[in-house]
Amino acid sequence: MKVGVVVFPGSNCDHDTVHVLGEVCGQDVRLVWHKDSDLRDLDAVVLPGGFSYGDYLRTGAIARFSPVMKAVGEFARAGGPVLGICNGFQILQEAGLLPGAMLRNGGVKFLSQPVHVRVERTDTLVTAGIPAGRVLTMPIAHGEGNFNAEPEEIARLEGEGQVVFRYTTKDGRLDPAANVNGSTAAIAGVCNAARNVVGLMPHPERASESELGSADGRQVFEALARVLSPAAR
Amino acid sequence: MPKARVYVTLKKSVFDPQGRTIHEALRSMGYEGVADVRQGKFFEVDLESMPAERARETVDEIARRVLANPVIESYRVEVEP
Repeated sequence: MKVGVVVFPGSNCDHDTVHVLGEVCGQDVRLVWHKDSDLRDLDAVVLPGGFSYGDYLRTGAIARFSPVMKAVGEFARAGGPVLGICNGFQILQEAGLLPGAMLRNGGVKFLSQPVHVRVERTDTLVTAGIPAGRVLTMPIAHGEGNFNAEPEEIARLEGEGQVVFRYTTKDGRLDPAANVNGSTAAIAGVCNAARNVVGLMPHPERASESELGSADGRQVFEALARVLSPAAR
Repeated sequence: MPKARVYVTLKKSVFDPQGRTIHEALRSMGYEGVADVRQGKFFEVDLESMPAERARETVDEIARRVLANPVIESYRVEVEP
């Protein structure tokens, strides 16, 4: 498979993501400039973390009008796998490809720390093959990660099984103290109704090698590689 | 040359952590009479010469598509011919 990692002005996790997909997971991967609009050689697209357009207006609000996003929208609507990490998640929300919107963290502070997230669904491109309920430890680094949506929308997401990751304690219990940014229903990651677009706030690419304190994030990229391997299709 | 002002605010149902922080700061400064603070955004949009009706439609569209996120925010547009 070949994965494209989109580079917006202000992306800063693009090369980390390429490193993990390419060097750690052995996948074919290339960078995609935000002014490109040809994704035909790609089997999956990743929108990486960072501060696209300086987070001006709202996080992801300007990036979502980049030329590449029209192509990403078409790619996603045709069923192509799309993963958004942190700012990439926010861009996908702004583009209407994922539900909800991010508010400033409940405690207002920018948070840069390891968190524990529980895998809620194993029928998505980044959780396939991971046992349900497994807790992954990965870092977050965001000021706006407080997932918000109308109560009816939250109920719909829960009902349709679109909540993919939730902030929990290390042993997988829901706890207000573990929900560090105050997200509604402790939501750390969601997918779209068709389940081919996934966004999560923690950074799996910063936790994919044991030298970095956790290699749990590697499971996310390995799930993606498994889903896209010729044998699985 | 029409001028437009766009006010973007969080929906009433949405918690505003920044407004809360400002409110708490005001209380600690001794402003006992402040019941609540909500933070929002304000935009001034200068338009090329165009009929008032078209100016309003244009800015309304800009507010809806770009300046506000309808999931969490609402907006109000004022146009001055």
